[in-house]
Amino acid sequence: MNSTNQNGPLLEVRNLSKHFGAVRALNDFSMAVRPGEVVALAGDNGAGKTTLIKAISGVFQPTGGEILLRGQPVTFATPQEAREKGIETIYQDLALADNLSIGANIFLGREPMRKAFGFLPVLDRKAMATAAKETMRRLDFHVSRLEAPVSNFSGGQRQAVAIGRAVYWDAQILIMDEPTAALGVPEQRKVISLIHQLKAQGRGVIFISHNLQDIFAVSDRIVVLRRGIQAGERKISETNHDEVVKLMVGG
Amino acid sequence: MTSTSPAQPAEKHVAPQADHGDPARSLIARIAEGRAWLFLAGLLICFEVWSRFAFGATFVLNPFNLQSIAIFAVAPLLLATGQTFVIISGGIDLSLGFIMGLAAVIAAHATNMAGAAIPLPLAMLAGILASVIVAGVPGVINGLLISRLKVPPFIGTLGMFGVARGAAFLLAGGTTVPVQNSWFALLGNGKIYGVPYLVLIAAIFVVVMHYLLSQTRFGQHNYAIGANVQAARRAGIDIRGHILRLYVLSAMCAGLGGALYAARFTAGAAQAGEPLLLDSVAAVVIGGASLFGGSGTIFGTVAGALVIAVIQYGLVFVNVEPFWQFIAVGVVIIISVLIDQAQRRFSGARQDE
Repeated sequence: MNSTNQNGPLLEVRNLSKHFGAVRALNDFSMAVRPGEVVALAGDNGAGKTTLIKAISGVFQPTGGEILLRGQPVTFATPQEAREKGIETIYQDLALADNLSIGANIFLGREPMRKAFGFLPVLDRKAMATAAKETMRRLDFHVSRLEAPVSNFSGGQRQAVAIGRAVYWDAQILIMDEPTAALGVPEQRKVISLIHQLKAQGRGVIFISHNLQDIFAVSDRIVVLRRGIQAGERKISETNHDEVVKLMVGG
Repeated sequence: MTSTSPAQPAEKHVAPQADHGDPARSLIARIAEGRAWLFLAGLLICFEVWSRFAFGATFVLNPFNLQSIAIFAVAPLLLATGQTFVIISGGIDLSLGFIMGLAAVIAAHATNMAGAAIPLPLAMLAGILASVIVAGVPGVINGLLISRLKVPPFIGTLGMFGVARGAAFLLAGGTTVPVQNSWFALLGNGKIYGVPYLVLIAAIFVVVMHYLLSQTRFGQHNYAIGANVQAARRAGIDIRGHILRLYVLSAMCAGLGGALYAARFTAGAAQAGEPLLLDSVAAVVIGGASLFGGSGTIFGTVAGALVIAVIQYGLVFVNVEPFWQFIAVGVVIIISVLIDQAQRRFSGARQDE
């Protein structure tokens, strides 16, 4: 980590625009995320939240504006490049292979190998299981059956696996798209407490949700998008549900 | 709007280590996973009892029977190992049967041609090599169609089914091509310690393929792609490259199957693999793979191929009209899929809560 930038934003988005032909999905949008900060992104359907996170995570190339990581301008041609720079996106539809174990999911695409009998390269399942156990413990999830496919686990536990993968690969910015949407209430609570832990570890979190209660439970700031523009930015401690709703619908 | 205090308790409601240690459930899952071996054991017992009552002779302990069943299973098994990879990835390869036929014809031609110039054992190896490599060509086309042009595997490989069929018959001149090579004939019909060479080759091949599927990144990515191609793509796996390699692999399995067919019958025939395509799919499904992708094992497929071979050979052995084979194999396929679904419903109940 760059020590001269310790207190500056981890991620900054300046005047970002994304146009699809005549449609201005995102227009001149700016925001910042500091270490240990959870920034909620709110907005109605079609407000541009998804376009924004796709631009940040390298899925789309922005039409204009810039993205700065610890003060350095960056461009991402692919999501892999964004991931290598420490920006991990956790999708609401759980980007896990349900038939694989927690460890195999954490290492999916970058599996550790070992040599059997001194020459035959084989998957190092033991290393994967150990790392899985370690990572899940860091997230305060204690799972016993490390070889079981993740389909055996509950929605909240699987969300934790997706977050665990990001944590294992040391993502500094986690973009979470509706992480609680598919979950029951107790599981939502668990994910919220996970986000608190990510925050305590000094990571930056961009949290997208329709659920204002969740937003108020976990975020430090809220940025509201409306029709592709930034409709307002508030500290959570200085706003309330009504004001946020007004910002979202443009009252 | 009133804001009810969020956060806070509820934490207690989260069962810490959930309920996935249920021994009854894991037992059922294990039985369902190993069902092909149970089928196999059941069939062998049936035929043993039948044979003792009808002829007063043993079925299972007769080494000739075991050899025949094993040889019977070789060609479908070779197709089925390739098919296992494809089905786990969520695809299907319908062209394997005629790729095998094409390879058998190529093996015959190439062995004969090489035999005119180089020593017979080398000519045999050249023939096998040529058939496996040529079989890779339709595999490359399948792979490109499916990975680059997004043709559904069912349609792409159905097209290749026709192309390979026509090409094989054209190359064979519409007839079977005899092989003039004593080494090749020995390979197809010889034995070592009572084990036919063909069975030995298939066994080694199966172990290598098991390694590839269960111990390498290629195998791991194959499972991931079959379960959730989006997740695999987001994890940075090169889906296109994987799919291409996958269909080349399955075609080359069929290529080896064709070469071994030519060795066994000392002739290459375009229709060599025609009846084996559906057997290969059946072996994979009986072996416990799901046609929706994401599950299956090579050893399951071995059991599936043996189940089919035992049914086919056993019914002939006990003098039942051969048409009953089709019915028996069909019934086993259906039962196998029903068990799979029941097991899924049982263990998947928590997912869609």
